Amino acid sequence: MSQTDRIEKQVRLRAPRARVWRALTDAREFGEWFRVNLEGPFVEGAIVRGRITHPGYEHVRMEVLVERIEPERYFAYRWHPAAIDPKVDYSSERTTLVEFRLEEVGAETLLTIVESGFDRLPTARREEAFRMNDEGWGIQAQNLGRHVA
Amino acid sequence: MSRNRAATTSRMADAAPVFAALGDARRLGLVTRLCDSGPLSIARLSAGTGVTRQAITKHLEALADAGLVRDTRQGRERVWELEPRRLERARRCLDQISAQWDAAIGRLKTFVETHQPNT
Repeated sequence: MSQTDRIEKQVRLRAPRARVWRALTDAREFGEWFRVNLEGPFVEGAIVRGRITHPGYEHVRMEVLVERIEPERYFAYRWHPAAIDPKVDYSSERTTLVEFRLEEVGAETLLTIVESGFDRLPTARREEAFRMNDEGWGIQAQNLGRHVA
Repeated sequence: MSRNRAATTSRMADAAPVFAALGDARRLGLVTRLCDSGPLSIARLSAGTGVTRQAITKHLEALADAGLVRDTRQGRERVWELEPRRLERARRCLDQISAQWDAAIGRLKTFVETHQPNT
C-alpha cells in the first residue's frame, strides 16, 4: 500500500474500553467530539446523515455508510473525506474507509484509527509521483499525534 | 512508527509558514476546497459562504504569500488554484485531513476522560 493511501492514528485513552466504545458508536456521543449532529444511530449497512457543528462549517452535511460493528472491538464506516462544498455532489466519487480498533491496555484503551483509500480519490490519483517519495505525510502526522497524546 | 528526528524538525520548520497560513478556519476551508475541486473563481469560492469576495480574496492572498495557492486570469475572472508542486500538494491534502483527525482525537480524549459516570 502506498504512503498516500492511508492515514493512521493511535492514541491511548485513560478510559475503559466500554466507555470509549460508547463515545465512538453512540451517534449522539460521537457527535459531541466529532462535532456533527447525526440524525440517527449507527446501524450496520445503513447510511446516517448529519450536519457538522464545527464553527465555520455549519453549512456542511456529512454522510456515512456504516460498514461493520463488532462490539467493543471494531467499528468502520465509509465516507467522502473533506466533502465540504454543499454545491458539489460527492456521491459519485469514491469513498474512504474509516476504521476504529479498540484494545484494552490495563484500565486504559488503545485506539487505532485508520482512514484508507485516498489513492482512489481524484485528487490523490493525480499525485502518483508522490508514491516515489520516501517520506510521506506520516512524519507530520506523528508530530501532530504526539501533540495531542 | 518512529522516524528520524532531524528530518522531522526540518519538515516542521519548512511547514511553519504553511501552518501559520492555515491557522484560520476559513483559509483551511479554502485550501481544502481547492484541493478537492481544482481551480475555482472567486465567485465560486465565495458563493454560499456568507463572506464577501473581498474577504475571500484577502484570505487567498495570505495563502498565496505562503506559497499555497496562486491565481491566473481567465478572461475577466481571476481563478485560484493550489500551487502545482505535486508532492507538496499531495502531502498537504492529506495533512489537512490528518490534522482534522488529530483535532477530533484530542476532543475524543477529553470527552472520554472527563465524562465518566460512575456506573
